[in-house]
Amino acid sequence: MPSEALIRVEHLTRYYSGICAVNDVSFELSRGEVLGFLGPNGAGKSTTMQIITGNLAPSAGKISIKGIDLLDQPKRAKAEIGYLPEQPPVYRELTVDEYLEYCARLNRIPRNDRKRAIATARDRCGLGAVHSRLIGNLSKGFQQRVGIAQAIIHTPALVVLDEPTVGLDPIQIREIRTLIRELGEDHGIILSTHILPEVQATCNRVQIIHQGKLVFAETTESLEKGLHTNSFTVRFQNAPAVTALQQLAGVDRAEALADGRFRIHHTDTNPVEALVEQAVSKHWRLCELMPERHTLEQIFIELTCSEEHAFTSGDAA
Amino acid sequence: MIFAIAGRELRSLFMSPLAWSILGVMQFIYAYLFLSQIETFLALQPRLATIDGAPGVVDIVVAPLFANAAVLLLLITPLITMRVLSEERRNRTLSLLFSAPVSMTEIILGKYLGVVSFILILIGMLALMPLSLLVGTDLDLGKLAAGLLGLTLVLSAFTAIGIFMSSLTEQPTVAAITTFGLLLLLWILDWAGSSGMPDSGLLGYLSVLHHYEPLLKGLFSSVDVVYYLLITVLFLGFSIRRLDADRLQH
Repeated sequence: MPSEALIRVEHLTRYYSGICAVNDVSFELSRGEVLGFLGPNGAGKSTTMQIITGNLAPSAGKISIKGIDLLDQPKRAKAEIGYLPEQPPVYRELTVDEYLEYCARLNRIPRNDRKRAIATARDRCGLGAVHSRLIGNLSKGFQQRVGIAQAIIHTPALVVLDEPTVGLDPIQIREIRTLIRELGEDHGIILSTHILPEVQATCNRVQIIHQGKLVFAETTESLEKGLHTNSFTVRFQNAPAVTALQQLAGVDRAEALADGRFRIHHTDTNPVEALVEQAVSKHWRLCELMPERHTLEQIFIELTCSEEHAFTSGDAA
Repeated sequence: MIFAIAGRELRSLFMSPLAWSILGVMQFIYAYLFLSQIETFLALQPRLATIDGAPGVVDIVVAPLFANAAVLLLLITPLITMRVLSEERRNRTLSLLFSAPVSMTEIILGKYLGVVSFILILIGMLALMPLSLLVGTDLDLGKLAAGLLGLTLVLSAFTAIGIFMSSLTEQPTVAAITTFGLLLLLWILDWAGSSGMPDSGLLGYLSVLHHYEPLLKGLFSSVDVVYYLLITVLFLGFSIRRLDADRLQH
């Protein structure tokens, strides 16, 4: 992975009328990375995104995009950013094509390249069928896609998407996730959401922000490893005694649960194979076997639920 | 960039029925005023013919017409400018402009240019009526041009004020009513303490009307032109500052 950072955020701080919405946040993102930004409502996700796209000025801190300082040279830096806010910034009275044409001009795409840029963005976001319809008449899902098309039309190095799948149906959500993964191959993407599986499905890095502070930053890969636990659950129709399970090689502890279920904690040698053999030979009638994992949700709740009520400022802006 | 923004502004205006109804209603009322001025002129004509150096068609027909047009447009400009920024703010489309590589100055100038082009279309249509008199008579084209210039300057100042008011709020109607209030105030400013006095000091000097009348008489003075340009630049500057403050405040 190339080491040059697309965006480098250093000690970002932002106050809203005395309340600290973002507190000393620093991170970096390289090309080809999809960064999931998680946090409960009002944690400062949207504020952070608004700041790094130049929609809000930070109270303190430094943001550079491809080495260009966002505050010193906003025009050059903004040319490298595509931003989809929580509400797609679309003009309802324009058609999809007119709108994209306008965005292309705003982003200073030369006249000769404009047609091609519009066609590419349109195709990537699956807008081919609706290109001549008024945006105001499109469904929420399509409007969202128009918003994404707008963010990628000038092939920016960094794409910032604020809750891109809110209000979409499950099929649209899947399509948008696929699109995000595709985009992630040649752009850097920052994505905010409070839907946890979304992060696991699309991102290769996760950051959790809580009360304006970064409380967790990991790659999804190492997260996945950490999520594995040394336990699984089994269910038998003809349940044996707990002690019979306890004696299997590698089993650390077995607990009986309801309905003929058992949770088995094991050591590093995995007893699954031995268990299955035993089950067959002794007619326990094994019907379920499931490795247990921590979910991101558990980590999330652990990190954010401690003093939930203390923070009252909204990030809805 | 300025032209891209101006183009969209103008296009959006014409996509709503607002622009068309404004053009239609203005044209209708204006035609009525025009015809009644012609009546007046026809009634006066026999007497005018006997006076040496009597006022001509432009003085009797066009000058009052343009004076009335400015009053009408004082009512209408707030309706055109009210949604320029407030609606963008309300629909949250402003972030499209903020995250694009354009400066606040370009955004405001683009918006301004878009609205002013619409106003120019409006003025162009109004100018056609007096020009139609050319078919039957000679006009003092210099006076007519001075009047048109005056109207354009007044309206460009009105537009700048309207855009500033629109940048202050999320509600187009609030923008419209505050713009209207401010414009009316500027218009009647010289009423205060000026009963009868043609030159009424500072307040009179600040009045929009005070600088418009000489132009209607065909008196081109750079002071009047600079007055309108100053108002325009001042309020456009305010609007830019206001947009900039959007990033800082809360």
